[in-house]
Amino acid sequence: MARIIVVTSGKGGVGKTTTSAAIAMGLAKKGHKTAVIDFDVGLRNLDLIMGCERRVVYDFVNVINGEASLRQALIKDKRCNQLYILPASQTRDKDALTQEGVGKVLEELSKDFKYIVCDSPAGIERGANLAMYFADDAFVVTNPEVSSVRDSDRMLGILASKSRRAEHDEEPINEYLLLSRYSPDRVKLGEMLSVEDVQDILSLHLLGVIPESKSVLNASNSGTPVILDEKSRAGQAYSDVVARYLGEDVPHRFINGEKKGLFGKLFRSK
Amino acid sequence: MSTDTEAPIYTKFAIEFKSSSFSVPVLVIQHTELKQIKHQLKEKIAQAPEFFKNSPLLIDLQNCNNTEQAFDLATLIEFLHTEKLFPIGISSGNEEQNKLALELHIPLHTIRNAHTESRPANQNLTPSPNEVVAEKTDNKASNTVENRLITHPIRSGQRIYAKGDLTVLSHVSAGAEIMAEGNIHVYGALRGKALAGVQGNTKSRIFCSALQAELVSIAGHYKISEELDTVDQHKPTQIFLQDQALIINNI
Repeated sequence: MARIIVVTSGKGGVGKTTTSAAIAMGLAKKGHKTAVIDFDVGLRNLDLIMGCERRVVYDFVNVINGEASLRQALIKDKRCNQLYILPASQTRDKDALTQEGVGKVLEELSKDFKYIVCDSPAGIERGANLAMYFADDAFVVTNPEVSSVRDSDRMLGILASKSRRAEHDEEPINEYLLLSRYSPDRVKLGEMLSVEDVQDILSLHLLGVIPESKSVLNASNSGTPVILDEKSRAGQAYSDVVARYLGEDVPHRFINGEKKGLFGKLFRSK
Repeated sequence: MSTDTEAPIYTKFAIEFKSSSFSVPVLVIQHTELKQIKHQLKEKIAQAPEFFKNSPLLIDLQNCNNTEQAFDLATLIEFLHTEKLFPIGISSGNEEQNKLALELHIPLHTIRNAHTESRPANQNLTPSPNEVVAEKTDNKASNTVENRLITHPIRSGQRIYAKGDLTVLSHVSAGAEIMAEGNIHVYGALRGKALAGVQGNTKSRIFCSALQAELVSIAGHYKISEELDTVDQHKPTQIFLQDQALIINNI
């Protein structure tokens, strides 16, 4: 049985797709057969970040509607033979996804794959709900600012109450925090929440801190998951995240300079 | 109008079924030796005759049936009657014992045995009457007090309602709402809304480890975030109602 991971956040633009691409590639690089699914029907982006946009023939919705087989729709990554991408449809909207259809696709993928990464759309509506419904593990991507933190908190509430595991009274989804676009310098200046501030609100298992880095934008533009850029700090941070997720004991990096800053003090005494 | 004049018309019902809870002493039989049981029971009754006089009793047979020796329940019940004790139920009896009990018009109960199993067998201490027989609440009765315990954080957008007291062993996020007909205890930061005594219980209180709430209310009397900064927001705090005013102070 595959392990189903949802990458979610509530808020848009925090780095869900970047994270999905990076961890899917990271897991595949470690030798685990991995599929990554774009749930953002109508706003397809994962194919761009993965650099396979010119090879899309069939998509997720085609498979759900029985217009194509899973084998036809899955795109094999050119850099890593353990990685497959299931793109979203650009011409449809989220209503094209049904719980039954998604369940069937995930079940079929589970037979063959070790990890299935679901790239959730922003929001808490249908697309996001279906992306997380079947999950075993959740990576909650959060930026160090108050609105992102609150949206993540809301998403965590939904994970705890509306997932399949919650509805069937099974063991709850494992929730992990991924703090992205983190800048220790701006934390020092009090312009950004610190790791501690975020943890104070969310109290989650911290899987990793991804530093703000130009390499993320470059990677997106060139269609290369940032984890493949081994020189970049963001790439290294994602490698650490994958290793920690797989149970390795890797010390946290890129948090340096953390302390209770002016902002922290102001924020607390508000 | 055609009414049947024969049918008695009552404005009130003559009977009514209600569920209520009360505690009953449970007599836990540890082994099958009747002579010893009688002797010890007499001793205990002598220590607190008033407590035992005409007292109802539940007989718990689990431990003695575990010994797999035959136990003479009929004789025990007879003896209890002579001692002015009234068995009103047996628990964990075997098939034979259950049949006998029903013949004697004694109902069968199922009770959780967590307390009884862990009771020490030290009989030489002089316990208070309450400890002589393990006092337990009937299983059905314990369900009527619907306190709620939440061990995980309450997230933004979640709503929790408790018919009794509500205890949260973590924090309550901004944008979450917790409500209880009784008291609210939060062993973490309270950042959302907390409403205690929502059915009008003015005696209910809110306790939290840190008060950073958006709103607190007791029996409809509320204060919003702006009015809460009179106390240290990082210290344990309690909120209660006194003369129609919401009192907030650090504990």
